[in-house]
Amino acid sequence: MGRYVARRLLQMIPVFIGTTLLIFLMMYALPGDPVRALYGEQSVDPSQIAAIKAEYGLDKPLWQQYVNYLAGLPQGDFGTQIASRRPVAEVISEAFPVTVRLTIIAFVFTVLVGVSLGILSGMRAGKKTDTGVLVLTLALISVPSFVLGFLFQWLFAMQLGWTTPTVQDSMNFSQLFLPAVVLASLSLAYVARLTRTSIAENLRADYMRTAVAKGLPRRRIISMHLMRNSMIPVVTFLGIDIGNLMTGAIVTEGIFNVQGIGNLVYQALSRREGATVVGIVTVMVLIYLFVNLIVDLLYAVLDPRIRYA
Amino acid sequence: MPELASKTDTAVAAQAATTTDNVLATDAGPAPGKPRSLWSDAWYDLRHNWMFLLSTGLILLLLVVAAVPDLFISGDVSPRDGDLTKHYLQKPELGHVFSAEWLGYDHQGRSIYARLLHGTRASILVGVMVTVAVTLLGGLVGLISGYFGGWVDSVMSRITDVFFGIPFLLGAMVVLNTFSERSVPVVSLSLAVLGWTSIARVMRGSVITVKQADYVTAAKALGAGTGRILFKHILPNAVAPVIVVATIALGGYITAEATLSFLGIGLTDSISWGQDISAGKDYLRTAQYVLFFPAAMLSLTVLAFLMFGDAVRNALDPKSR
Repeated sequence: MGRYVARRLLQMIPVFIGTTLLIFLMMYALPGDPVRALYGEQSVDPSQIAAIKAEYGLDKPLWQQYVNYLAGLPQGDFGTQIASRRPVAEVISEAFPVTVRLTIIAFVFTVLVGVSLGILSGMRAGKKTDTGVLVLTLALISVPSFVLGFLFQWLFAMQLGWTTPTVQDSMNFSQLFLPAVVLASLSLAYVARLTRTSIAENLRADYMRTAVAKGLPRRRIISMHLMRNSMIPVVTFLGIDIGNLMTGAIVTEGIFNVQGIGNLVYQALSRREGATVVGIVTVMVLIYLFVNLIVDLLYAVLDPRIRYA
Repeated sequence: MPELASKTDTAVAAQAATTTDNVLATDAGPAPGKPRSLWSDAWYDLRHNWMFLLSTGLILLLLVVAAVPDLFISGDVSPRDGDLTKHYLQKPELGHVFSAEWLGYDHQGRSIYARLLHGTRASILVGVMVTVAVTLLGGLVGLISGYFGGWVDSVMSRITDVFFGIPFLLGAMVVLNTFSERSVPVVSLSLAVLGWTSIARVMRGSVITVKQADYVTAAKALGAGTGRILFKHILPNAVAPVIVVATIALGGYITAEATLSFLGIGLTDSISWGQDISAGKDYLRTAQYVLFFPAAMLSLTVLAFLMFGDAVRNALDPKSR
């Protein structure tokens, strides 16, 4: 187990370097110049621009900038946001808790509702409940989340008046609930479908017949035999999905005016702030890699046939 | 994924496939006794599936709209030029079917119905182009790394991991931000560069299962070259799961394009439903139809492709029957 984790951590390094390098190159291949953009339309002394560039190391060749960036990471140095002259790490750590909250609510909602709907329809495959869930998931997948966001905003805020159209306090759990439901809708539909297929398939498995034949109580058969075996593909999906939820938050945050990472990325991209964008992607890639490791370790819990040497 | 997990998975899948195949060969279909391939089984299945027939009808209609949008509107209506003084946010006339005023006018006095029709082409083109590009690129990578294994596989799989690790939407935003003019091919290729990895993984897994089959060994023993084995023996037998994943993903690419256009970093030279939805959001309180109709059209299109993909999956995947 320990050796497996160590090996996986080592394997992460090339993937991490590759991913950040790719984003780094994409960002700095941009035609715009963030330092020049600081001054807007004013005329500036070129030596002043050169001085600022030298201060942040932007005058060095690209490979050297990247090496410097990697070297700074272990100390939590993500570079400097040029417009505000603040460390990128500080800017990200302000916005991050909001997005993490939004993602966590969306994730919990996805798991609870998605898995329940999947169990409900999987146990009654071919019946009316199953068709109902199928239609619901089809609808949730085909309506893009930004459209759903506006529909909810119109219905729950403007028509019914249950809430405000936009979020006033980004750290308030109850205000984040509506954006989180919108964010969760797509994943929820996928989780429900995956759970349904998995359950419907495993219901026919030999071990289920054996469990019934042994006279085990129904509750035990479902929770210990059926659920444990059916959850493996769902857990895999949920692991990958955390990353998707965090990027999906970019759109949802925009609609509901939540002051999180999405807002930050959007502004940074339009201002061509390479350091901020690269920093955010770096954090997201790190989260993605670690969640995947956890998912792989969870397999062993769910399926005892899997052992890690 | 750990070695053992993938091995048991393949074993289970193979077992499930053979048992269902046997059942089907005797039970289902019009001509018992006649051996039928996976493809003819699938075709038989699809012809009797209402979801497939409905979605195919819808997709054909959308394709005609994409090809000749003016066919569906009476009179000569420009989707780009509006008359602000006459038509500013004019309400829909739901009785005037297929006319310019049917679904109302937007904030620039342009016919919403005409814009719906003219936006179809870009959406469908992006969806289809991304799907084709992703299938070709991912399919090739998966085929090569699955068949050759060893260090080729290791290198290709790490490259796949790198691209898979980049969040799709965020990556697309970064790539598209570098272009000031974003045409359909530019948007499609950018999405494809980030989206090929899942196809590559599916193809690789499928090829690894197929290459252990007896007929591949037989072909090798008879002296068939690598190219012949790959394209005549392995590819036709390994491609089914890839087609399933690709068809289901098509609707998702249409959504991705609309989302990017909504954010203002999508298409610049075409009419796009995503842009129209973005414009309509400012009138959500007063004139909901400006947002509602393009949103409904987009959802309907995605739904059609989604149902199509679902039907194809059910037909091609014996496990889900």
